[in-house]
Amino acid sequence: MNVLVYLVPLALLLGVTGLAAFLWSLRNGQYDDMDGAAVRILPDDDVEPPGLPSATRTPIVTMAGAAERMDRRE
Amino acid sequence: MADAIDLSRFVKHGAAGTAHMTLAVEGVGCASCIRKIEGGLKQIPGILDARLNFTNRRLAVDWCDSEFDAARVIEAVERIGYRAHPFDLERMEADEARRAKWLLKCLAVAGFAVMNVMLLSVSVWSGNAGDMTPQTRDLFHWLSALIALPAAGYAGQPFFQSALAAIRARQLNMDVPISLGVVLALGMSLVETANHAEHAYFDSALMLLFFLLCGRHLDHAMRRKTRAVAANLAALKAEFGHRIKESGEVVRVPVEALKAGDRLLVRPGDRVPADGTVIGGTSEIDESLVTGETMRRPISSGASVYAGSLNFSGALTIKVSTAGPGTLIDEVERLLNKAIETKSRTARLADRAARWYAPVVHATAALTAAGWLIAGASVHDAIVTAIAVLIITCPCALALAIPAVQVVASSVLFRCGIILNCGDAIERLAEVDTVVFDKTGTLTLPEPRIENAAAVDPALLEKAARLALSSHHPLAATLAREARQRTPCEGAVEEPGRGVRAIIDGREARLGSAEFCGLDDCAPTRSDEEGVSFISFVHAGRSAVFAVRQALRPDAASVVNELRQCGLDIVILSGDRPSAVAPVAVALGILKWTAALKPADKIAALDRQKAAGRHVLMIGDGVNDAPALAAAHVSMSPIGAAQIAQAHADAVFLGDRLLPVVAAISVARQARRLMSQNLGLAVAYNAAAVPIAIAGYVTPLIAAVAMSGSSLLVTCNALRARRSAAALERMDAAG
Repeated sequence: MNVLVYLVPLALLLGVTGLAAFLWSLRNGQYDDMDGAAVRILPDDDVEPPGLPSATRTPIVTMAGAAERMDRRE
Repeated sequence: MADAIDLSRFVKHGAAGTAHMTLAVEGVGCASCIRKIEGGLKQIPGILDARLNFTNRRLAVDWCDSEFDAARVIEAVERIGYRAHPFDLERMEADEARRAKWLLKCLAVAGFAVMNVMLLSVSVWSGNAGDMTPQTRDLFHWLSALIALPAAGYAGQPFFQSALAAIRARQLNMDVPISLGVVLALGMSLVETANHAEHAYFDSALMLLFFLLCGRHLDHAMRRKTRAVAANLAALKAEFGHRIKESGEVVRVPVEALKAGDRLLVRPGDRVPADGTVIGGTSEIDESLVTGETMRRPISSGASVYAGSLNFSGALTIKVSTAGPGTLIDEVERLLNKAIETKSRTARLADRAARWYAPVVHATAALTAAGWLIAGASVHDAIVTAIAVLIITCPCALALAIPAVQVVASSVLFRCGIILNCGDAIERLAEVDTVVFDKTGTLTLPEPRIENAAAVDPALLEKAARLALSSHHPLAATLAREARQRTPCEGAVEEPGRGVRAIIDGREARLGSAEFCGLDDCAPTRSDEEGVSFISFVHAGRSAVFAVRQALRPDAASVVNELRQCGLDIVILSGDRPSAVAPVAVALGILKWTAALKPADKIAALDRQKAAGRHVLMIGDGVNDAPALAAAHVSMSPIGAAQIAQAHADAVFLGDRLLPVVAAISVARQARRLMSQNLGLAVAYNAAAVPIAIAGYVTPLIAAVAMSGSSLLVTCNALRARRSAAALERMDAAG
């Protein structure tokens, strides 16, 4: 049963770490805009095309960008 | 409009010369909107930060005070292609947001504790059946106590506070037995642990808190969501008044910032922003939102006008005044206060359940202890058994039974376009057996429609409608809605009070009064027939006369029919003239209608219904309906309603259709059925579990299984309220 001496504190430590992480994320405002987080990942125009020097970078056509251009045409 | 806006009320100034403002944004629909708005704003020098909250469609903007001002922020958002409305966040929702965070923290702590204590408890349970030594068991119990006591002390606060408040008010609510159960379970477990006993109930107490906090959090989140939408709608609708400064300059100010004595300019087509007296100009005003009267009233200097009236023909200067004695607003205020005072708060189902539940449970526990003592058990055993009874009956299922249904039902209603102002409206909606409609703005659309649009040559209609886009006159605005192409005619000139003219295809076109168009002899001038107005249009020798009339909501007839089939009695109580109400009643087949009612008469009519034992759902939109909305058993308002009416309605519905009324009643009835079922389930659970507890056979394992089992059962049953999706699908099908 000596194994309990370090297993129980370890289990508690894991639990406390989880709780602390949650409280931190709550304070950090990560639950303020749940729907926003889901869609903010979609636009990918901040991705730089691989292999091009940044000076000659051309904008990539993205889904979000294309949708926007369609919007404008209407 | 090009007037300067005074937004100082909405701007918060921070340290180091920064300013902050929150805006409710219209038209945000997809991911690219976020980037467009945020990116567009951040490119403007002077703007420090812009963050759009996609969940509640609000934009937070920070900027440098010296380089920028608030009005330009709104302009900038408008240039990007969205409409933004300033929003007073602090006042509206700061408390709510703080409470939501607090509940979530309590939930997190309870969740952490219940997981870790359960880890220890499961070891003890399996150890008790195996070869665990008493020393190890004690160690595990002490460890559980170490986690459970502080965690319960923190996470239990929402219940303890509410229970204390109830006891101070000499009342019982569900939180009293909950708090008592939790405290006793923890206390007993501590004593048992000190006595090296085999069982401790730390896990039961924490599990109870965890389940209940889940329910509380969901309930609160749902209510916050509907309230956020309602607040956004209020911000979108927020009206501005044009204040005339001493210097003669005109500034747009939010209505809330207007003071008595201010001089305001009300242009044709504007709504009067505040109550006051006319000090200059003559015009006609439409007071249908105030009194329900659809006939326009001519006014001139000295006449009093009420907020919400629509100015028709000429520009007015008014002086803002507080409502004097004897005015309509004064009467409405007086009646409202009385209605709110005398409204018997119907006891909510949950409170009624708590009122008999707590005494019964506590008496059972006391009797158990007494019974065991008489049967010769030791004091310790008798008390332990009695506390086990309290733990097993701790109203976990009962406390979830009703809120769980409310959460699910209000989210279904929300998707049907119905925003609840108060949680127990669902219960009251389910009891409705009479529906009272106001006519103007409720059965009819808030704005008039062109009656003979189909009879006019489409090409001519299109030209007239495009010309109408250049006019501020409310009748022209009605016609302008028919325009397919939204670009106004070039070089259109408006002659106030007469009409607009422009050159279309090289020939002059005129839109306005018959006289203005030179159609004096052949067109009906106005109001030969009641409630109809005419606009004339002439272009290149061809002419048309458009009849504008209050139209019924598109689905009014079918909704009235459907309500009747549900066994509901339908009544119209209107403030309009009998000759205007009769055709509507006939068209809808409603036999019981009364017209020309003052606000006090409406309340009297509702009181008669109440005296006859009927539960009335009142649906109305005008200022004159507000007291009746407050006095009725339950009430609804369309979104176009006057603010005072919306504030006193239990629910607000969106859109041009009346279908939400049917949806609300059917969802509420189903929810009510589920609530009763859930209460039945909770009682059945207790009936099964209590004898076991009284007999003294309840171990912590049984308590844990029974508690989580019953909570899951009622929650799953509550989820069936989503099946009202049938109502939803119809809403979708209808558009």
